[in-house]
Amino acid sequence: MITLLEARNVGKRFGGLQALTDVSLTIRKGEVYGLIGPNGAGKTTFFNVLTGAYIPDGGEFVFNGSELPSGKPHKIVGRGIARTFQNIRLFRDLTALENVMAGHHIRTKAGLWGILTQNRFTREEERLTTERAYEMLKYVGIERFAQTVSKNLSYGDQRRLEIARALATEPQLLALDEPAAGMNATETAQLKVLIEQIRHDGVTVMLIEHDVKLVMGLCDRVAVLDFGRKIAEDVPAEVQRNEAVINAYLGGGKHAA
Amino acid sequence: MNELVSAVPWLGKRNPMAARWLIIILAIAAPMVAMLFGRSWVRILDFALLYMMLALGLNLVVGFAGLLDLGYIAFYAVGAYTFAFLASPHFDVHLPFWVVLPLGAAFAGMAGIMLGFPVLRLRGDYLAIVTLGFGEIIRIFMNNLNYPINITNGPQGINGLDSINLFGWDLARNLQVTEDFSINSLFLYYYFFLACVVGSIIFIQRLQISRIGRAWAAMRDDELAAKAIGINTRNLKLLAFSMGATFGGVAGCLFGAFQGFVSPESFSLMESIAVLTMVVFGGMGNIAGAIVGAFALALLPEVLRDVAVPLQQTLFGHVLLDPEVLRMLLLSLAMILMMLLRPAGLIPARARYAHPENLHRSAAK
Repeated sequence: MITLLEARNVGKRFGGLQALTDVSLTIRKGEVYGLIGPNGAGKTTFFNVLTGAYIPDGGEFVFNGSELPSGKPHKIVGRGIARTFQNIRLFRDLTALENVMAGHHIRTKAGLWGILTQNRFTREEERLTTERAYEMLKYVGIERFAQTVSKNLSYGDQRRLEIARALATEPQLLALDEPAAGMNATETAQLKVLIEQIRHDGVTVMLIEHDVKLVMGLCDRVAVLDFGRKIAEDVPAEVQRNEAVINAYLGGGKHAA
Repeated sequence: MNELVSAVPWLGKRNPMAARWLIIILAIAAPMVAMLFGRSWVRILDFALLYMMLALGLNLVVGFAGLLDLGYIAFYAVGAYTFAFLASPHFDVHLPFWVVLPLGAAFAGMAGIMLGFPVLRLRGDYLAIVTLGFGEIIRIFMNNLNYPINITNGPQGINGLDSINLFGWDLARNLQVTEDFSINSLFLYYYFFLACVVGSIIFIQRLQISRIGRAWAAMRDDELAAKAIGINTRNLKLLAFSMGATFGGVAGCLFGAFQGFVSPESFSLMESIAVLTMVVFGGMGNIAGAIVGAFALALLPEVLRDVAVPLQQTLFGHVLLDPEVLRMLLLSLAMILMMLLRPAGLIPARARYAHPENLHRSAAK
């Protein structure tokens, strides 16, 4: 298996709170990697550090064999990492199509001059951007809402749109932050199919999720964070039996015994 | 243009072609109609066009990129003073118009970047305060740079600016068509400014429906998410500031040349607020809104000045309310009514950031 992303001793502190302590993990190309843990364990912080929203206090990320620049989100997206947010963050006044087109920004090149003169390259690029964005909407199954302003979409469709927008950046690693939050059982089942499709199409997926059924059914491997430390990393079935994990979720351990 | 067409009441939706021609005919015929009421009205229309350019430029910064700029008039000042320095007896430099115009635009653009750098991390209220300060700094500079070395001639301003000369054709002189028929200079300026406004609209529309326009809109709607999809928000903010400033600079050059005189008092905070009001009044974030807002608010005070005094005299026998007072009163009233009835502006159209024909082609596949 080829390693896609390697986190080495990543740490992040907010004032007196040590949000991440020496987190090291390895994600292999083509897998679905779950990141779970109780609330406040540092999962989202890990995403934020990985995607450049925060600068880590220590450690580094090696992606595709070379180190990621820290704190430079656009460069990290350029290298092939895309994310979604726990609380949906769409461009609310843009249509679904325009949201996805905006996601394609980093893979397009037209400059000011090309845009002002509308030369052939720019027009062609613009046409391709539209076409790809439409394809992407079709891929997540909401192409009939292409012209709908995104804030007017239903909750589930907004989640799908956010995934489509992230995919438009042409990532190798897609980091999904609680994609099933607030979804009903049917929507979650559809989401599972979508994530499997994404993996099948060659994108490695990293997933923060609380829905245990979804995580266990979808992930090849799972890492568990608790108070900013990685306490386990294994195939889902093993993680479920892991004592440290059970203690982290249910409390207990020595004290409860 | 399409936004403007669909903004035409009634006709815009039913018959876009007719609405389009209506706009074109109105734009061409406007100064002739205005001439019936006196030459000063043509002058007012000329100024309205300059305000349109300003509103278009500011709309780019505030409406598209979501960066509230309360010092926008500073760029207008930079353009106007550039023209005054390079084409007037003040330094006895008389560069041709086609050299000064790009220079004025470039200087204003640079001023935009200068403003942009320190405010990159600021948003909303904080950004507004700093830009407001920037606008005042520029004005105060213009006001005080006459000592120890006289650069700007201080509060007296600079006189005798060259007029616009298009390859030997002086717009300040009436155009003699035949022996007893000539076109007034004010008309020449009107059509030249109109061409500039049309050019600006085309530029801005192209920017709007492009990867840059979408990135601006994305940044405006959610900066964090924009970063997360790889938009370089620093560069795009600087670009927005400098592009907006460039339009301000061009309008400033035209203003200086048209007026023949610049002084710091033309660039007060009230002017910045006036331009922002035009953008908000018309409908933020769409080109048609900026145009209609600028047109309405540039004309309103003049109409009042012309109508209010005689009207009050005939009604009450004497003038109860000074037109200047009335202007503020009515402007406030208009703002309150707008907030109640049309909170998104006169033309609350949602700006488009993708070509629909591209979508139809993709959907058909």
